[in-house]
Amino acid sequence: MQEKNYGLALFTLLVFVFLLGPLIIISFTSFEPGTVLRFPPEGFSWRWYENIFEVKMFMKTFGTSMFVSLAGNLLALLLGVPAAYALSRFQFKGKGALNAIFISPVLIPGIVMGFAMLKYVIITYNLPIYAGLLIGHTVIMLPFIIRVVASSLSNFDFAIEEAALSLGAGRIETFFKVVLPNIRSGIIAAILIAFLESFNNVDISVFMTGPGVSTLPIQMLTYVENNFDPTIAALSVLLMIITAIFMFVIERLMGLSYFTKR
Amino acid sequence: MKNKGLYVLLLPGVVFLTLFLVIPIVMTIASTFFQEGSFTVQGYLTFLTDPYNLKIVWTTLRVSFVTTIVCILLGFPASYYISKLGPRKKGILLALAIFPLLTSSVVRSFSWMIILGKKGLLNSSLLSIGLIEKPLEILYTPTAMMIGMIHLFLPLIIITLVGVMENIDPDLLKAAESLGASKFTAFRQVILPLSMPGLIIGSILVFVGSLTAYTTPALLGGKQGVISTFLYQNAITLNDWHMASVIATIMIVITFVVIGLMNKIAKKLNPKG
Repeated sequence: MQEKNYGLALFTLLVFVFLLGPLIIISFTSFEPGTVLRFPPEGFSWRWYENIFEVKMFMKTFGTSMFVSLAGNLLALLLGVPAAYALSRFQFKGKGALNAIFISPVLIPGIVMGFAMLKYVIITYNLPIYAGLLIGHTVIMLPFIIRVVASSLSNFDFAIEEAALSLGAGRIETFFKVVLPNIRSGIIAAILIAFLESFNNVDISVFMTGPGVSTLPIQMLTYVENNFDPTIAALSVLLMIITAIFMFVIERLMGLSYFTKR
Repeated sequence: MKNKGLYVLLLPGVVFLTLFLVIPIVMTIASTFFQEGSFTVQGYLTFLTDPYNLKIVWTTLRVSFVTTIVCILLGFPASYYISKLGPRKKGILLALAIFPLLTSSVVRSFSWMIILGKKGLLNSSLLSIGLIEKPLEILYTPTAMMIGMIHLFLPLIIITLVGVMENIDPDLLKAAESLGASKFTAFRQVILPLSMPGLIIGSILVFVGSLTAYTTPALLGGKQGVISTFLYQNAITLNDWHMASVIATIMIVITFVVIGLMNKIAKKLNPKG
């Protein structure tokens, strides 16, 4: 019995070595003082971290990525929070169909969405690439906002809202003063999860590039095609640090159960 | 009054998604059946009769299938182990599984370029201990894609399975054993069937994810195309939008067929829902 458990523990350990090993290796290589990516590195230096800030395109596309993820997040909140509230609060005809529409961006392959948006949002609707990028990212963030907000609303006791309403508060006032404060941590978690989803997106962004417009992940892909120096490794470490901080905050806000629930 | 309120809450989101997602997708699908104004299925015939295209579809299916199987084989025992741990240790291991999932796929695929490259970590290690004479050609092959995708999707199946397995009442296992079932029989008769919903959902996520993943094949697959890189290539490099739309439609159909099939299997295995 004990023996079998040791075997299973060792197996699990190896699975985690496989999962995390590559990320640890990439972190080590980022400190390489030479010009070639290698593990273990030949010494220690910050030069590739400094190089990130010298590559203009990284800075520029980082700005674009930040803007698109933040502005898109705001748009997705404005569209998604009312929808999540309506879907959780009320019973009505056609609810299933609406649910399906709001979840559809998760079901349709990202690369297909990106292409279809290029074809219609950019070409047929004739919107600028930057607008297309923002719209595309809003679309992919919406289901995450709706899902996380709906899940925190499912823990909210709507009797409290009824009480406020019966005491004479208006619907909108009640939402902002009673409902919203109760699901605040869910909303912040939704913002963070959606942000990561958008910031790391490749499938949509890869179609939405044009003169002077591109996002950081796409710029990284282009860079890797032409260079094999440790700059990307250094940039990866910075991105992983941001991811770790986000994850820590999400865990504090609502635990990690969101990820294990299906 | 109440209905009006509902409209105000739901309409903006519905209009937005209809305009920017539903119409583009439906129009993309519809466009594959028309060329120069008349109805045609020529695009599909062209796609399906070209051995080069079929090879891409075959590679995609093969890579996705192997990825799913390996994810199950690695993920199932690990998830079982994690689900039996105390809350603290379980939390840490779950966090360690979720972290790579939230990390950029560019970063994760790039890390395998460092490992699998011709002068990469794997080759230099194997060469230095004398296990191989000349470097293995792994990077830019389907094998590299599979490794990258297993790495990409393994956390997904682990967190899904742990979520299901931690809800299995440990007393059920004890009951089975006290009634004379061996450890293995108890596992097979109790844990396996009760984990089935998680296993199926996890497998759908991995299989569909692998079928449609773009970044990993683009970085690790080299010239070896899969269907998603082929779509990109047709749309952007070759500028053949009709063919790109045909591929997009095929991808949507495959995705929905897979999801539908697995849902059907899930219902059959677990009729109570």
